[in-house]
Amino acid sequence: MTKLQSHRRPPRIGDAPVFRRTLLAVVLFFVAVIIVAPLAVIGVHAVSKGLPYFAAAIAEPDTRHAIMLTVLTALIAVPINTAFGIAAAWAITKHDFPGRRLLLILIEIPFSVSPIVAGVSYLFVYGLQGLFGPALEAADLKIMFALPGIVLASMFVTAPFVARELIPLMQAQGRDLEEAATSLGASGWRTFLTVTLPNIKWALLYGVVLCNSRVMGEFGAVSVVSGNIRGQTNTLPLHIELLYHDYDAVGAFAAASILATLAIITLVVKVVLERQGAGRRNRPASLAGNDSLSEVKP
Amino acid sequence: MKISLDNVVKTFDTFRAVHGVSLEIESGELVALLGPSGSGKTTILRMVAGLEYADGGQIYFGDEDATDIPVRDRGVGFVFQHYALFPHMTVAENIAFGMKVSKVKRSGEAIRERVRELLDLVQLSGLGERFPGQISGGQRQRVALARALAVDPRVLLLDEPFGALDANVRRDLRRWLRKIHDDLGITTLFVTHDQEEALDLADRVVILDKGRIVQQGTPEDVCRSPHDAFVMRFLGDANALPATVRNGKAYVQDVEFDAAGLADGSAEVLFRPADVAWREDGQGVPAQIVRVLDRPDSRRVLAKTTGGQSIEFDTAPEFPHRKGEAGFIDIRRPRVYASGRS
Repeated sequence: MTKLQSHRRPPRIGDAPVFRRTLLAVVLFFVAVIIVAPLAVIGVHAVSKGLPYFAAAIAEPDTRHAIMLTVLTALIAVPINTAFGIAAAWAITKHDFPGRRLLLILIEIPFSVSPIVAGVSYLFVYGLQGLFGPALEAADLKIMFALPGIVLASMFVTAPFVARELIPLMQAQGRDLEEAATSLGASGWRTFLTVTLPNIKWALLYGVVLCNSRVMGEFGAVSVVSGNIRGQTNTLPLHIELLYHDYDAVGAFAAASILATLAIITLVVKVVLERQGAGRRNRPASLAGNDSLSEVKP
Repeated sequence: MKISLDNVVKTFDTFRAVHGVSLEIESGELVALLGPSGSGKTTILRMVAGLEYADGGQIYFGDEDATDIPVRDRGVGFVFQHYALFPHMTVAENIAFGMKVSKVKRSGEAIRERVRELLDLVQLSGLGERFPGQISGGQRQRVALARALAVDPRVLLLDEPFGALDANVRRDLRRWLRKIHDDLGITTLFVTHDQEEALDLADRVVILDKGRIVQQGTPEDVCRSPHDAFVMRFLGDANALPATVRNGKAYVQDVEFDAAGLADGSAEVLFRPADVAWREDGQGVPAQIVRVLDRPDSRRVLAKTTGGQSIEFDTAPEFPHRKGEAGFIDIRRPRVYASGRS
């Protein structure tokens, strides 16, 4: 009976079995070729000469240093960008000021600008021949080809991540809760800690996770400003490239597998966070979930 | 606490939301700000709360100039239209919030005791551990009220307090809010666009239009003697017939109405649907019945005057006339207003 009915239903676009199967096949093919295959290859190559060799490749001092530098960069850049993201989202969604829309656009710029452009422009500003170059040299401050440059470039690239996660959510939440807290006598800081933060925490964590994975993986901008000094200013992605150019394929794949592992951890955290209602995709559903209870009559 | 507004002005960008409003709310009074959307009523309420700053004029709490006191220190209880309960806190935590952040330190036991009292007051004892998402709209409304009352506010301000609820719950809550107000005697100002709500609940109704006060008075005042056609129309269904004024008399198709004090010229005769009697002959404005609608306790008749104006009036359920019949409408309690203001 149901079968009969489904046959009688007027066909909608994309409902034909041929179309559906073709679509699915195309998508699966692309996922396999573009995403799964390369990742699988990394794993296989990294351990192709056996686990001991893999361990040795990772224990190699320059590789270890690159890992430490990458982690250090993330430890500095991510908290700063998180604070910036919260501040920006707060300013944009809870206050009215002239230039609000402009700020919104400015924050999104790093998404559309190629990271290498960011790196080069940092060079023009902080490099020896750059805008502040002479002044920085006079003050004996080394920004380019050193940790500060790497952190700055990473921060440029990842500046929008946290803000972009928070802004739509905070916009949807409106200002009522903060106004209510203030009218009850809470200070601004207290309002933020006890009212705003608990309601944005999942989205915030989600933004932080995305920001972190990008900081750790950033190549283009960092490669310009770091100077690629082995054992000094080489981050993990740069180190992988270096090893690869040295024909140390196993070393390169071993280092790459570490980065890939970091990415997979990020992915797992992200999925868990999405279950908690963070992330753009789940947002409307989770909001609706809260509201569905308003149907209950007293 | 008596509240006075003296010539308060508020402008958003280029839009003037409130034009020089002056208003006095006596201590312990329950006052409704009533007006259509865009009339500035919510803006006035938010200025009294300190959530919006006045661009001009003064707001006094008693003798104290409160115009520049920030909302945090103003000591008002504000109930938001959509309650604004903190979704991550239980009902009890929501109510306790104001006491916890207060500069007046209270012990945990004192706070718990007060929360219990307030839950009793709003008839929600036993629901303290629920989250706002787990209770009904009417219950959330009451939690919002308890939370606002917890900080012993000098004034209670409510923004469309029943706007998001359905009709039955609304009526119950209205009676209940009135009772709470009478018990506590707190000065209360609330905003509504629902005239029935305002008339039902308030000691005094302030009717606003386009950022100005059009009329204020007791529900009886505003119902029995509306100042102008806007108030008359806004407070309930009204029919309007165009008229001409000559020598203190208004004429609608040769039917005469008293219009003492009105200048000669065009005018409107307004009347309620209940203030019409249908006559088969005799005096009144000639009209023809277009449709008869049945309601549980009456019949509503849609008619057209021979002048082409549509009118509606209510009759007893036994009204025997049918569509197409001609007759006369005899208007009781007509109100004549000069044309001009809509």
